[in-house]
Amino acid sequence: MSGSLAGRLPGPVMVAAGCGGTGRELEPYAGPDGLSGLDLVTRSITLDARAGGPAPRVVEVPGGLVNAVGLPNPGLEHFLATELPWLVRAGARVYVSIAGSTMGEYADLARRLSRAPGVAGLEVNVGAPDEVGAGLFEVREPYHSASVIAAVRREFPSDRPVLAKLRPDVSRIVEGARSCHEAGATAVVVGNAVPAAFPDGRAGGLSGPAIAPVALRCVAQVHHALPDVPTIGCGGVHDLRSANAYLDAGASAVQVGTALLHDPTTVTRLRAALSPRPDAPPDPRPEETR
Amino acid sequence: MADPGPVHPSVHVEGEVVATKRVGGYRHLTLTAPGVPERFRAGNFVAVSVAGHTARRALWVHRVRASSAFGPTLDVVVEARGSGTTWLAGQPVGARIAITGPLGRPFALPRDAVSCLLVGEGYAAAPLFPLAERLRERGCAVSLVVSAPDEARLLSALEARRSARSVTVLTADGSVGQRGTVADHVDDLVRRSDADVVYAAGPHTVLRSAAAAAERAGSWSQVALETPTPCGTGLCHGCPLPVVGEDGVERVVRACTEGPVVRGDRIRWDALGDDR
Repeated sequence: MSGSLAGRLPGPVMVAAGCGGTGRELEPYAGPDGLSGLDLVTRSITLDARAGGPAPRVVEVPGGLVNAVGLPNPGLEHFLATELPWLVRAGARVYVSIAGSTMGEYADLARRLSRAPGVAGLEVNVGAPDEVGAGLFEVREPYHSASVIAAVRREFPSDRPVLAKLRPDVSRIVEGARSCHEAGATAVVVGNAVPAAFPDGRAGGLSGPAIAPVALRCVAQVHHALPDVPTIGCGGVHDLRSANAYLDAGASAVQVGTALLHDPTTVTRLRAALSPRPDAPPDPRPEETR
Repeated sequence: MADPGPVHPSVHVEGEVVATKRVGGYRHLTLTAPGVPERFRAGNFVAVSVAGHTARRALWVHRVRASSAFGPTLDVVVEARGSGTTWLAGQPVGARIAITGPLGRPFALPRDAVSCLLVGEGYAAAPLFPLAERLRERGCAVSLVVSAPDEARLLSALEARRSARSVTVLTADGSVGQRGTVADHVDDLVRRSDADVVYAAGPHTVLRSAAAAAERAGSWSQVALETPTPCGTGLCHGCPLPVVGEDGVERVVRACTEGPVVRGDRIRWDALGDDR
């Protein structure tokens, strides 16, 4: 299996791309150990800085959020100079999410990040809900995403994971996961936000508890068809039960995203629940706030 | 202006409603929230989780008590506008609520005992009340203006009379105080108070007219922005605020982490647009 040399897989709980701020904003809620040992996927980093989209970027709907944030980020240069060193010093295991408008940009990002100290792995954003609107490389067909993964894999050391984050499209997910894995993805993240529209018709992505059943179906299908492909479940994870649903369906890990916007301690609680330390002191906080 | 000082990390805790009262069109809630009142500075806000809703509800803090029968408490003012705020306004004494705070950058305070004009509209005027107390402690001369479309949406300035040298009440319909809007009166108010600093809190139109009046008078301004913040904590990048940086470069920052209090002359008002 390709990518089998790619070191340790993250998990069982990770911070999903785009829901952890720059990482710093999570620290006050990360408990006594802070970000130490936390598998954190950064918001998507592009070669050049992006200001992000116009307001409203996020609108609440029943069961979740419709969002089109527009990948605001300071660009690779600034990220390497400031945000990455901070995260590394805080002890986080940093998976840098990368997004590009061309295959060449993905390759450039991978090459430069391969030399940056402290990058545990990459997550390639090939499943944005509206990649054309966001100015990203179009990945209509599984072979489009597979060629991006191959370009990234060529530039990134084989002993570190490359994750492919896919669109949770039930009809295409197995094909997409297979192509990306064959192209060198260590694991597939299933999935990104579901393509949706704002109440005014603008394109966006739906995320949150509402999409959990969809992403869960995708994870189950991938695991059934491709049991050797490590799969990371993402979509509506907010408590032990929703996390376990993915793990039971065959996911090797889960990512927590939108739930952090509702309760910034979610990742901390899930990490504690899924990897208990025998010597851990009892949590003094009341049950409902944990 | 003095730097707001070290930022104390915010906490996510379970609070409890210990008192509630209806005042005009608003519901005032007094909450315990262990660790939040102790860290609070005027201009900070709190984010509340509402059951069944993914996004948070951001609330201004109207008052902080260092001690009470319930320990330290904070007061928030809720206007029931949607299902989330309606739920919140309906919470009875004893209800438990997940609260994150204090959040955002507070008002910067002047180093010297200068003259300050505080202008607020509607429930969003709330952060000016703890600010008035802090300014008075520093020996500043505080002139407070509370405005509203009508009396029901006016925050009572009675308690603020202790902290303020003068209090002006404006209502658009003239139901109480002087008739007119902040935009109508603000230049005159800046002149009469001889304000070195103008602090404003309320809808964008109010902030913009206060910031412009301050600029015309050669004064500083600090405005507390009421911008929808889906998470309130800086995690989602969902509250874009167009500004001009200290370096003169235009950029878009997060209203929840770089704000909610921003220097009025730093905001690109045309790009920000009207209240949403």
